[in-house]
Amino acid sequence: MTNSFAHFAKAKMMFVIGSNMTEAHPVASTFVKEAVTGGAQLIVVDPRRTPLCDFARIHAPIRVGSDIAFLNGLMNVLISEDLYDKEYVNSCTTGFDELKEKVMEYPPERAAEISGISADLIREIARTLASVKPAMLMYTLGITEHTCGVNNVLSCANLQMLLGNVGFECGGVNPLRGQNNVQGACDMGALPNVFPGYQRVDNPQAREKFEKAWGVEGLPAKPGLMIPQMMDGLVDGKVKAFYVFGENLANTEPDIRHVEHCLESAEFLVCQDIFPTETTRFAHVILPAAAWSENDGTFSSSERRVNRVRTASAAPGAAMPNWWIFRELARRFGHSWNSDSAQEIWDNELSKLAPSMAGIKYVRLEGDGLQWPVPTEDSCGTTYLHSDGCFTCGLGVLSPVDWTPPAEVPDREYPFVLSTGRRLYHYHTRTQTGRCEGLNDLLGEETADISPDDADRLNIRHGEMVRVRSRRGAVNVRANVTEQVPSGMVWMAFHFREACANWITNPAFDPVTQTAEYKACAVGIDKL
Amino acid sequence: MNTFSLNGREATFTPGQSILDAARENGVEIPTLCFLKQNAPTGACRVCLVEVAGARSLMASCSTPVTRGMEVLTESDRVHGARKLVVELLLSSGHHDCLVCEANGNCRLQDLAYRYGIRELKFSRSEEQYTVEDQNPFIVRDFSKCILCGRCVQACNEIVVNRAISLGYRGAKSKVVTGGDMPYHESECVMCGQCVQVCPVGALTEKKAAGLGRAWETEKIRTTCPYCGVGCQQLLHVRNGRITKVTGVEEAEPNHGRLCVKGRFGYDFIYSKERLTTPLIREGEGFREASWDEALDLVADRLKEIIAKHGPDSVAGVSCARSINEDSYQMQKLFRAVFKTNNIDHCART
Repeated sequence: MTNSFAHFAKAKMMFVIGSNMTEAHPVASTFVKEAVTGGAQLIVVDPRRTPLCDFARIHAPIRVGSDIAFLNGLMNVLISEDLYDKEYVNSCTTGFDELKEKVMEYPPERAAEISGISADLIREIARTLASVKPAMLMYTLGITEHTCGVNNVLSCANLQMLLGNVGFECGGVNPLRGQNNVQGACDMGALPNVFPGYQRVDNPQAREKFEKAWGVEGLPAKPGLMIPQMMDGLVDGKVKAFYVFGENLANTEPDIRHVEHCLESAEFLVCQDIFPTETTRFAHVILPAAAWSENDGTFSSSERRVNRVRTASAAPGAAMPNWWIFRELARRFGHSWNSDSAQEIWDNELSKLAPSMAGIKYVRLEGDGLQWPVPTEDSCGTTYLHSDGCFTCGLGVLSPVDWTPPAEVPDREYPFVLSTGRRLYHYHTRTQTGRCEGLNDLLGEETADISPDDADRLNIRHGEMVRVRSRRGAVNVRANVTEQVPSGMVWMAFHFREACANWITNPAFDPVTQTAEYKACAVGIDKL
Repeated sequence: MNTFSLNGREATFTPGQSILDAARENGVEIPTLCFLKQNAPTGACRVCLVEVAGARSLMASCSTPVTRGMEVLTESDRVHGARKLVVELLLSSGHHDCLVCEANGNCRLQDLAYRYGIRELKFSRSEEQYTVEDQNPFIVRDFSKCILCGRCVQACNEIVVNRAISLGYRGAKSKVVTGGDMPYHESECVMCGQCVQVCPVGALTEKKAAGLGRAWETEKIRTTCPYCGVGCQQLLHVRNGRITKVTGVEEAEPNHGRLCVKGRFGYDFIYSKERLTTPLIREGEGFREASWDEALDLVADRLKEIIAKHGPDSVAGVSCARSINEDSYQMQKLFRAVFKTNNIDHCART
């Protein structure tokens, strides 16, 4: 996030798109709701009538995958009606003419046709947004989990820059991150193209720096594979050995049948985890790891805040900290790594190698942690980025993007759009929440959420079993008839193995990030 | 200069500030029960009564603003007598039996009874009988211990804004209710448990924590929630190396004491019997247990073979977005510095 959670409660205007915050980020949503009860305005853009809509001044139920057309429509109005922040655009951004040319192709009437939101409502939303400064934009996976995910994100950034909202408290572009440490795993360089602190592997100076620090030669310059490419590599033989640490790919990736075929094809599969999972079934070696409260360490949250994790109890049996396991493996390759605790790894290595985290040391993390960038040990961190519109990269780049439909759209045989996500009472594939007393009592099985209209038409009653099928596969699942879902849509989660949405989701990916289109595929529903 | 007289001493205040807040800022602690910091005072419990010169009656310090020159006494005999009476009345309002109460040692009413030297019940106990509601998996509601302070209602409506409970009925029949006065599990309640965290007595307690340890027996360890990316700060209540319950850290960024159902109640997976406790090596269709040395030697040997035969890029790895930073750092270091491949990724973009 460019900004901080503390800004949510203080915001005057919030634009939430593709985020079911009350279920996926419940505590973040409490600050949004608090702001609304204090007089702030909230606009929710989501195909479903999510619980947050109860607090919204406007809910725009756009069609699945129409985000860019809708956002371009808003920007068309902002420019046509001269409502955008000209001074900000002139002094802080570049690319306005190209953006203008593109969004002029999306008059509200055309945006309405694609998104299903009336031209009048598009105009009203644009005018409402322009009426309060700054406005805060929040998004979640409803934006990114599309074949046009990158372009969706660029559109959100375009809108906020056009409104002059980036670089201020209670403004910015704020993706709520799904996992407790997905921000941190990125920051640490668990990505195929960057070292820790986002230093590119194809930059010779960066390689030289890490070679020196790690006492090695010949660090590879070519960016590596992303997860879907690794999986395909297992089948085509490019990847022989696969090391899966704490991921249950067999349930989380789209098209489980294909994923399992990939895992099966591995010549050598190592799984390092805290539980046996659907993925560890394919392993050749399973290494038992210490969990959350059995470790000292740090997590980095959505707001770039590095916080301490502390040990409450010992790991069971022979389970060991993950960092220890990696260190032991390195030793067997003749590499002796000095750091012998999480604190030593952070203080003596990471913080010395990643300039944006140079000022973070464990001793400084006793209270509320620190939000990077923290360049020096006397820096207090950064609550919002690009202060006053002074972008880190110089000028903010306005990037014209075109709307593209999802890779698979409904047709006669598969007339519904399936969209997937997370529910309040469980987390991902339930490896953890499924083993917490009580949570299964609150949600014990998957459902296919469908609209009352469709239920009527198909003669399906609430709670009846139905079959949801796509070109990949089918699951039998109980129907949950709910006003939350618009007609033409089915909504499911991936918490339960048997009726996991990923038996049917489409392995189509954003060309840049290789993020799968979990939010849109075509399915049929049969009454059983 | 904005000053007033606080127990005979000159003290400063900012206009609009309550007597309670101004006193606290001047180092004078006034006891409270219903007062919920950072929320509008309700003045419901009358425990924070103080004497204000010239006022007709004692004033609730939480909801009375200080004025210039005001003379306030926080510990006079009259104040003590009134507070004691309030506590005595509250004690008679229900079944406050510390011996068997889960909140023993973590109860404001108990603390106040002790502070004001109450040795016996002055008034007979209310005859009102409420059943204990515990049909949901997490929260026990015992209305016989509820003092109607309204903190849970404020927390639900003003802090987490879930709007599941309110004060229902009237007068002596007053009760904290969900819509239609249904039990929690049949109501709008989303089980975040914020009501339990703010309950000053034993009316709302955690089912999973019952019997696992008294407040004074548990060590409090601050940590970060293992679920979504908000990074809520938690206090783990630990006794004999076991987490008994989890509460949100008050006044901490980013959550200010708030937690959701997973953050508050989703901690016991670590004690599951299904945990992996030893390295396992595939043998036919199953696995056999192995020592760390055997398992790690095998992994290293196989990876060396594969790298020698097919090159470093024939190895690929996925790191964990749930585990600590230092684990991801180590894994990418292993792949880059040791295996010499950039084939390292995680679920960053989903």
